[in-house]
Amino acid sequence: MPILVIAEHDNKTLHPASLHAITAAGELGGEIHVLVAGNGASAVCEQAAKASGVAKILHSDAPHYAYPLAENIALLIASIGKNYSHILATATTTGKDILPRVAAMLDVSQVSDVTKIISADTFVHPIYAGNIIETTQNTDEIKILTIRQTAFSAASSLFPPPVNGGRSGGGGVAIENIEPLAASGLSEFVELQENKTERPELTNARIIVSGGRGMGSPENYKQLEKLADLLHAGLGASRAAVDAGYAPNDHQVGQTGKIVAPELYIAVGISGAIQHQAGMKDSKVIVAINKDENAPIFDIADYGLVAQWQDVLPELETLLAK
Amino acid sequence: MKILVPIKRVVDYNVRVRAKADGSGVEIAGVKMSINPFDEIAVEEAVRLKEKGIASEVVVVTIGQDVAQDVLRTALAIGADRAILVSMDSEIQPLSAAKIIKKIVEQEKPDLVITGKQTIDDESNQVGQMLAAMLGWGQGTFASKLVVENNSAIVTREIDGGHVMVKLPLPAVVTTDLRLNEPRYASLPNIMKARSKPLTKINISDLGVDITPRLKHLKYEDPKKRTGGGKVANVAELAEKIKGVIG
Repeated sequence: MPILVIAEHDNKTLHPASLHAITAAGELGGEIHVLVAGNGASAVCEQAAKASGVAKILHSDAPHYAYPLAENIALLIASIGKNYSHILATATTTGKDILPRVAAMLDVSQVSDVTKIISADTFVHPIYAGNIIETTQNTDEIKILTIRQTAFSAASSLFPPPVNGGRSGGGGVAIENIEPLAASGLSEFVELQENKTERPELTNARIIVSGGRGMGSPENYKQLEKLADLLHAGLGASRAAVDAGYAPNDHQVGQTGKIVAPELYIAVGISGAIQHQAGMKDSKVIVAINKDENAPIFDIADYGLVAQWQDVLPELETLLAK
Repeated sequence: MKILVPIKRVVDYNVRVRAKADGSGVEIAGVKMSINPFDEIAVEEAVRLKEKGIASEVVVVTIGQDVAQDVLRTALAIGADRAILVSMDSEIQPLSAAKIIKKIVEQEKPDLVITGKQTIDDESNQVGQMLAAMLGWGQGTFASKLVVENNSAIVTREIDGGHVMVKLPLPAVVTTDLRLNEPRYASLPNIMKARSKPLTKINISDLGVDITPRLKHLKYEDPKKRTGGGKVANVAELAEKIKGVIG
């Protein structure tokens, strides 16, 4: 049976997060179909069709799919779910919102935040803030999985763009229209408040500069922007910094925020609670700057510097700019 | 308006658990247990709605052994009116939990269910969404703001790129994110008062719910330990190390 991957997008661009779920689907063995439910999202279909391993795109177009309200999208997925052995989405806030609803509609269970696929029915995922790694076997007919983005690479785009503007992706991937279902009437989109940024998105960033409560104020937190710009880094924060209003909520790295694994994570004024570590301890190299030499962040840091951040940042920026 | 708040007793957030040596489970014997922090936020939100005169009754429910009564008492001390314990000895998986709570919803007929977006033990982040689907209700997950008016819930949801606001006709399910509120510390008089608030026990077998586990737990392990602890002496050395990494 084929495998269904739910594409995340803004009707114009396929969210790179979805490419990681496509890679995970490829490890399960089976034809990969990608569902694009949207409003005027043809471009997204074409992008998804170019992703390595994708066999077919299912496109459903309706005004009430413009924003992925779980109530509407889950209805659509559940209506075709029985044709699939697995249904996957990346564990973004959208994937986490929609897939459990699908699972309940199909009366099957879900394994959340999968980091490794052992076989078609056995999966590894972290629990207890990453302090326990569980291997679990899903005995249901249809296996529903959310995929931890950082644990799987992004599927590459193997195929060239379509030549004649025809309604197909590259490499002969078919784009099939599926009839939208009526809106559920259970929820209504009111408004989207996006935090616009030119910086790399945290879950994709090669380098992240992250600030904690130790920054002391929103103005001080802003000083991290200079270092982030210098390194072309994403800007993150601990929960404490977000709670204190230094940083917007979508900057939060941790158990209940974003899970990141960049090549370099620079933690400034972050003590390193278990919950924060759960979101960043898979980073390749961790740098910690903290005035408290007993801060737990130093236990996992490759390069720790015990110092006030105020005494470090200006000199560090100068040295790195050279 | 009645609000139902499903809560769970979990290992306290300050405890760093380990896997059992034989990989058969998680070592939680003798470990401090608490109300799941997201569920505590849910109780607080429901109680605030009652204090504002929007809700008339707040009922909390949990599934578990008799010891789980302690988190129900915690919720009653925050200000919930009464509690239900669904007695069950075995492990409870998210799909079954949602089915059990659905039965309680059918008995209690709340206008709104508020619960935590996830528990901090299995971290599945599923029960609220599953419950909403089973009831055929709308869902406002990861709420950082909740306004109840004109028979609707207007929910501001924390999402990856910012916030989104949705409007749900009641009844509906709302799941809480961290910044919805800061739960109060229960005062001593309220803790005392909570002891005499009604707590009903329901046996799981009386609910007629299929709770056959669908997920088999094969193995629990500790994560690979990260070897940290490296220090540099000064900023110049740190800059060299960073340059070495970024090339």
